[in-house]
Amino acid sequence: MINVKNLDKSFGDARVLKDISTTIEKGEVVTVIGPSGSGKSTFLRCLNKLEDPSGGSVVVDGKDIMDPNTNINDVREQIGMVFQHFHLFPHMSVLDNLAYAPTKVKGLSKADAEARAQDLLQKVGLSDKAEQYPSRLSGGQKQRVAIARALAMEPDTMLFDEPTSALDPEMVKEVLDVMKSLADTGMTMVIVTHEMGFAREVADRVLFLDEGRLVEDAPPATFFSQPESERAQDFLAKIL
Amino acid sequence: MNLDFTQVIPSLPFILQGIGVTLSIVAVALLFGFVLGVFLSLLKIGKYKTLRFLADAYTSIFRGTPLVLQLMIFYYGLPQLIEMDVPAYLAAVLTFGLNSAAYVSEIIRAGIEAVDEGQKEAAMALGIPYSEMMKDVILPQAMKNILPALMNEFITLTKESAIVTVIGVMDIMRRAYIVGGDLYLYLEPLIVAGMIYYALVMGLTLLGKRLERRLRHSD
Ligand SMILES: Nc1ncnc2c1ncn2[C@@H]1O[C@H](COP(=O)(O)OP(=O)(O)OP(=O)(O)O)[C@@H](O)[C@H]1O
Ligand SMILES: [Mg+2]
Repeated sequence: MINVKNLDKSFGDARVLKDISTTIEKGEVVTVIGPSGSGKSTFLRCLNKLEDPSGGSVVVDGKDIMDPNTNINDVREQIGMVFQHFHLFPHMSVLDNLAYAPTKVKGLSKADAEARAQDLLQKVGLSDKAEQYPSRLSGGQKQRVAIARALAMEPDTMLFDEPTSALDPEMVKEVLDVMKSLADTGMTMVIVTHEMGFAREVADRVLFLDEGRLVEDAPPATFFSQPESERAQDFLAKIL
Repeated sequence: MNLDFTQVIPSLPFILQGIGVTLSIVAVALLFGFVLGVFLSLLKIGKYKTLRFLADAYTSIFRGTPLVLQLMIFYYGLPQLIEMDVPAYLAAVLTFGLNSAAYVSEIIRAGIEAVDEGQKEAAMALGIPYSEMMKDVILPQAMKNILPALMNEFITLTKESAIVTVIGVMDIMRRAYIVGGDLYLYLEPLIVAGMIYYALVMGLTLLGKRLERRLRHSD
């Protein structure tokens, strides 16, 4: 469970997140939607402290990430993250990309980590790519490897920052399918996305951000059919 | 104009022995410079302001003063402080090592900064501690940018090492100069020295090209 309370974030003079409060329950799938520059990525990155919040609090399973006594790496161990541009380690094979963090951070033996990696590669349909280097993969394959790499840490929660935005259209589905089946396993997920169909179908809740404010926090059925705010109405009118 | 190389021939082995001296100074200095340079570069990209400042100041001083001055300070000046003679070879290695650390630290800093920021974020998001991230994720990728530049530094150092002759180290340069004095014939031994340096530099350049090709291969 992630508890966000009065979260504020500024870059210099620019106040990018304004007083955001919400709770992400265990097993919930939450999508974050909003115009470009509204603070979606920043919000997501505050959850695992890739950005330092300027105010308020983020508590992950009882651990306050702002507390100097919290070892942030313990928190990050429980939160996987998937980026728009994959950020696979280019100098490691696909298998090593998956096995690296579990051996370093969780102390798994090399054999155990590789077995787990093989298992995950099979789940994302890429068993045959284990020995390849990331540069040899298509965008969709890279993103599936990136998802598997995060899952190899056996996190409780997964964060996705526009995981399909950098993909060619024909590859979007294969990544969304992996995410859907992940949601079916009961994984807690926070997903920044422009895929409205996906949000409608898979999400339990939609957060709509506008200019750094959390303007709507509603189930998809409500959000897509009767958004309360004018900003959300405008936004939906533009993209749907 | 008449050049007479026949007189130099008996002294050739003497001059050639300088290759070992020159290369050993350069190699030890580069190794020393590399270790110190890595350390300095980590301070430069680290989060401690004071250490960053000190590392930058170090670089600035070594890059901002003549190498020959640094050499003389270590050879003639340092004994005054420590009340002990500094052997010429040691002074040479020390100066070149400390000096090249300044350059190497810049090379490495630039190499590290050229690695995509996303790599660092991906490692952080996986909960990988900073030192492991540097060692396993960032530095191996930075090496691609660093190695060619490091090879250049190696070449520069080989040429510049000729100035150790001013403190009497028996390198290629010094030996050519001594032979010249003995024979009252300077141009020929100096030309020989020049050819040796040129051959060394060409050899290192070739080696560097090969290395680069191998690195590109692994992409
Ligand atoms: N490191 C940074 N330094 C300064 N400003 C930043 C930084 N990161 C983000 N911003 C600014 O914060 C605001 C919110 O950015 P953010 O990336 O969170 O938006 P977003 O909703 O994810 O947009 P997009 O849909 O384009 O990805 C933007 O105005 C952006 O310019
Ligand atoms: Mg974004």
